[in-house]
Amino acid sequence: MATFGSAQLPAEASAPSQASTAQPTKLAPRHSALVRVTHWITTLCFFALLLSGSEIVISHPRFYWGETGTVLTKPLFQLPVPSSRKLVPTGYGYVLPDQNGWSRALHFEAAWIAVLTGLLFVISGLVTRHFRKDLVPSKADLSWRALLTHVSKPLRFEPPSAAEAFSYNGLQRLTYLFVIFILFPLVIWSGLALSLGFASAFPWCVTLLGGRQSARTIHLFVSLALVLFLFVHVAMVCLAGFWSRTAAMITGRTGGRKEHT
Amino acid sequence: MTTVSRRKLIATGLAASAGASGLAVAARLAQKYGLVPPDHGGIYGLGETLTYASQRLLTRHSLAREFSASQISPRPFPNELDPPTEEFKRHQAAGFVDWRLSVGGMVAQPTSFSIADLKGCPSRSHITELACEEGWSYIAEWIGVPLSHVLSLVGVLPQARYIFYLSMEPNTWDSIDMADALHPQTLLCYAMNGNELPVPHGGPLRMRLPRQVGYKNKKFITRLTVTDNVKAFGKGLGCIDAEYGYAWYAGI
Repeated sequence: MATFGSAQLPAEASAPSQASTAQPTKLAPRHSALVRVTHWITTLCFFALLLSGSEIVISHPRFYWGETGTVLTKPLFQLPVPSSRKLVPTGYGYVLPDQNGWSRALHFEAAWIAVLTGLLFVISGLVTRHFRKDLVPSKADLSWRALLTHVSKPLRFEPPSAAEAFSYNGLQRLTYLFVIFILFPLVIWSGLALSLGFASAFPWCVTLLGGRQSARTIHLFVSLALVLFLFVHVAMVCLAGFWSRTAAMITGRTGGRKEHT
Repeated sequence: MTTVSRRKLIATGLAASAGASGLAVAARLAQKYGLVPPDHGGIYGLGETLTYASQRLLTRHSLAREFSASQISPRPFPNELDPPTEEFKRHQAAGFVDWRLSVGGMVAQPTSFSIADLKGCPSRSHITELACEEGWSYIAEWIGVPLSHVLSLVGVLPQARYIFYLSMEPNTWDSIDMADALHPQTLLCYAMNGNELPVPHGGPLRMRLPRQVGYKNKKFITRLTVTDNVKAFGKGLGCIDAEYGYAWYAGI
C-alpha cells in the first residue's frame, strides 16, 4: 500500500543519548517526553478553556459581524441556550447564575499556560525536527487515493495497520499540522484581539479580522473546529485501541513493542 | 527500567534551583516595577499577574482604538442598573447642581469639584468602543475632563500608586494604577455623543477607561482617593468586583 512509505520504525533516533547504556537495539519512545508532557498540559488547558469559554458565552449567546453589537442590534445568529443575564432575550423563562468572574480568570490563566506550553512544543519541534520527521507528509502520502483510504477505513470501523502504531498516516499528518499551525494560532489571535489592552498596542489584530465582534464570532467558530478535532481525535484513538494509544502518550511505549523485543 | 545517572541527577538539581531562584528574582523585580496586581493571590493569581505585567510592559502608553463619527452606534446599550437610592433621586431632581466630586488622600490640596467646575476644565473627547466583559460592545463619543488634569489640580504626592474611585451606588468602588490614571484617554466623563451623559450611562459623572472592559468604567462617581496602599479598602483586592471573583485588571 502506498501509505506504508511514511511508516518506518523510529529505530536509530535515540541512538546518541542512549549509546552508553549498552542497549543498541532499544527503540526510541513512540512519543518523546516533551511531546507527552505538552500533550497532557494542553489537554487540561483545553478542557478548562472549553468549560470557562462556554460559561462566558452564555452571558451573551448572541453573535455579530463587524465592530459592534448589543441586545439592541440585530445579531448574525443567536445560540439557542438560556443566558446568565436578565436583559438578553432568549425565550427561556429563567436566568442562569452569573459565573463570569471565575470563568474569565480560569479562561485567561489556562490560555497563558496553553500558549507557553505551545511555544515550548513548537520551538522544540523545530529544533528536534519532530515536525519534519513525524508530521510533514511524503509525496506518496498526499495522493488522493492514499488520503481517501484513511477516511474510508475508519468509516468501516477498520482499525489501523500495525505500522500506524509507530508513525502517523498522511491524513493524520495533515490534520495535526492544520491544528498546530492554523487552528491554534487563529484561536489565540482572535482571543487576543478581544483584549482591549492588547488591541490598543496592536490595533491591526482587530481590524484584520473585521472588527471586535467579528473577532469574537471567529473565536467561537475556531473553538468549535477544535472541539470537532477533539471528537475525531478521541474516536480514532478508540478505534486504534484506546488503552494502547493512551499508554503510548503517557509512558512513551507502544503496546506492540513488547512483541518486537 | 531506566537508571538515573549521577550526572543527570546533579544537572536536574542545578536546573531546578536555578529555575526557583530565577522565579524569586522575577517576583522581586515585578513587585518593584509595579507589575503585580492587588488580586495576585489564589489559584488564578498566576494568570492575573501574567496578564497585568505583560500588558503594563506592552501597553503603558498605547492608545485605545478610536473611530470616526459615522461609526457611532445609533443606540448605545446601558446595562442593567440597581434602582437609584433616595439620595441619588434628590440629586437627579435638582439637576445634579449639588453633585460633588471630592478628591483626597495623598494629595497636596484636597478639593471638591461641582459638575460645573469640571466642565470649566479643559475638556477632551474620544470616539471609542465600550466593551462589556459579557461580549457586547458599542461605539460612542465620550466627553469629559482628563483624570490627569484633575489630579494635577490637587497635586498628587510622588509616592501615590493607585487612584480609588467611589460611586454613589452602594458598595461600588474600584481603583486603577497611575499608568491608567495618567493615560490621556482616561476621562471623568460628563457628556456623551454631544449631550449630557444620560443617567443610565452613569450621568452626571462616569469614569471612562477605554482600555479596560465595561465594569471598570464605574458610574455616578463622587469621590477619588489617592493612595499607595490598596489594603486599606475592603478586602484589599483593589475593587469590590474582585471580592466576587472578577479581576481587578480588566484590559482583557
